[in-house]
Amino acid sequence: MSEIILESRSINKNFHDPVTVQVLKDINFRVSKGEFVSVVGKSGCGKSTLLYILSTMDTDYTGELLIDDISMSGKTESELARVRNEKIGFVFQFHYLLNEFSALKNVMLPGLKLAKYSEQEVEHRAMELMKKLSIEQLALKKANQLSGGEKQRVAIARALINDPDIIMGDEPTGNLDKRNSEIVFDILKQLTIEFKQTMLIVTHDPEFAEKTQRVIEMEDGRIIKQ
Amino acid sequence: MNLRLIFSISKSLLLARLKQTVVAAVGVTFSITMFVTLLSFMTGLNIMLDGLILNRTPHVRLFNDIKPSKVQPIDASPEFKGDYNFISSIKSGAGRKEIYNSGAIMQQINSDERVLGLAPRINAPVFFNDGAIEITASINGVDVQEETRLFHFNEYVTTGNPIDLKNVSNSIILGKALAQKLLANVGDVVQLTTSQGERFPLKVVGYFESGLLDFDKTQAYASIGTVQKILGKDKSYVTDLQVKLKDILLAPEVAKEYAELFQTDAEDIQTANSQFETGSRVRSIISYSVGITLLIVAGFGIYNILNMMIFEKMETIAILKATGFAGIDVKRIFLTIAMTIGFVGGMAGLLFGFLLSSLIDQIPFNTAALPTVTTFPINYNIVYYFIGGIFSLITTYFAGFFPARKAGKVDPVVIIRGK
Repeated sequence: MSEIILESRSINKNFHDPVTVQVLKDINFRVSKGEFVSVVGKSGCGKSTLLYILSTMDTDYTGELLIDDISMSGKTESELARVRNEKIGFVFQFHYLLNEFSALKNVMLPGLKLAKYSEQEVEHRAMELMKKLSIEQLALKKANQLSGGEKQRVAIARALINDPDIIMGDEPTGNLDKRNSEIVFDILKQLTIEFKQTMLIVTHDPEFAEKTQRVIEMEDGRIIKQ
Repeated sequence: MNLRLIFSISKSLLLARLKQTVVAAVGVTFSITMFVTLLSFMTGLNIMLDGLILNRTPHVRLFNDIKPSKVQPIDASPEFKGDYNFISSIKSGAGRKEIYNSGAIMQQINSDERVLGLAPRINAPVFFNDGAIEITASINGVDVQEETRLFHFNEYVTTGNPIDLKNVSNSIILGKALAQKLLANVGDVVQLTTSQGERFPLKVVGYFESGLLDFDKTQAYASIGTVQKILGKDKSYVTDLQVKLKDILLAPEVAKEYAELFQTDAEDIQTANSQFETGSRVRSIISYSVGITLLIVAGFGIYNILNMMIFEKMETIAILKATGFAGIDVKRIFLTIAMTIGFVGGMAGLLFGFLLSSLIDQIPFNTAALPTVTTFPINYNIVYYFIGGIFSLITTYFAGFFPARKAGKVDPVVIIRGK
């Protein structure tokens, strides 16, 4: 049952500006399919940096990253973009929706980019997802007309549109009030239970982490407990 | 790749900042409008000015110039053969001004493939007598039909019908300025005296205005037959043969060939009117450089606006990249935005350029020098619209290329972290 989705093999990363500082030191861990993992640690411990490496957006590291048993080393920028498009769903702290588009279009965009389904099908799937997250009434609103909690739920729907192998979150509840945080957490939880959706969430909220299946704790660029 | 998606994203980004987009497009529109109008107007003027001379000038003119004989008697003497002979005070020979054997020459020229047509002419100096006053002028014996066909003679005859020269015996068409000096109206009879002292009455059947006042003061036209009669010459007497070629560029070559073949002097249009060609080329260069400068300025406008837009859209770019759009997709999106601005602005520019030049075409432009022109001349040449359209796309492509490349290289991590 423990199929490995994400594997980090001795990943190291240095910042060179202004002086060389090693921010990640020999990171080794695996995430299995269906796991709900949270990464916790103090501000500056390197957990966000790690997430950007795992998400393939940051390629300036040593070590090896495998997603779905495929090494990400040596892939071109557009190949990595395709990996992100197909296999990774993102939820950020500041909900980053595109203000020029409606909520529905925001959800659809990664699906249209992947072009696995026709536009009508992508739209249909997007509507289904929004219904599931009970935000279908927001579909035609512009992104900048939504509240923080609503935006975050649209962002989750967007992360799900291409049936990703893993959803990565960077403090997805960091900017929300308690009630909205709970709603978002419940959604994430529900996704792991109902759809066996793998989750890797970076957070500094101990309450949030407590409720996840597995907690990876970081300090000074190292994993101290997992 | 998925072009439709890229177009739809570009469209949304464009419409989100409609005002900015419109400002950028208006810049392009303005420059293309000016480019098209300027070139149409400038080349219109060029064509008009060139036409003033070139339409009336034969491509090759055959004549016998007054000049000293190239071969002096001493050169023919066997005694001095091989020596350098210095002769002073040579006089021009009193040779005949007519073209020898003109009938045969005309026949041969007419059968030449390269020749569009041929008009013979007689040019003779005369005096017009008005009471005690004598006015020096020259009379041109012309073949009216050929002159009209080849050299637009009818366009310059502003009063009267040019064909009357042929139909009315002993008739003359006077330069307007000359007619004013002689106080001669159409239907009047004027007296003229040839250089041999023969006096002759001719009936005025019209006026012509060439656009060059000095020319109009001293020129008159009559039919070839009439001039032959005045001069007391036979039917084959012709002093000039004016040849119009199918291709004007062949003129120097043909002139050389004919000079050798027919033993006459031959002058080609390029030699006779070189200053006009230079003038029109300089005017074209000026209009093109002004037009292209305008386009480049518009290009910088687009460059600035796109650069600003990319700074504003950093988050959008980061999120597109994070959700799986590659650098090249982002680059294409911004390039599409630039090209859309260029295309829409350019098309509007072509339309406005056409409207503006049509407007200029309606402005009255009456000048005594140009009897056939009533409004400002505009040259509606589709080529300028092509150049304008293509150039608008090229400038916006380059103006968009660098900002778009920058957008493609945006590192999403920096943006997302920076928040």
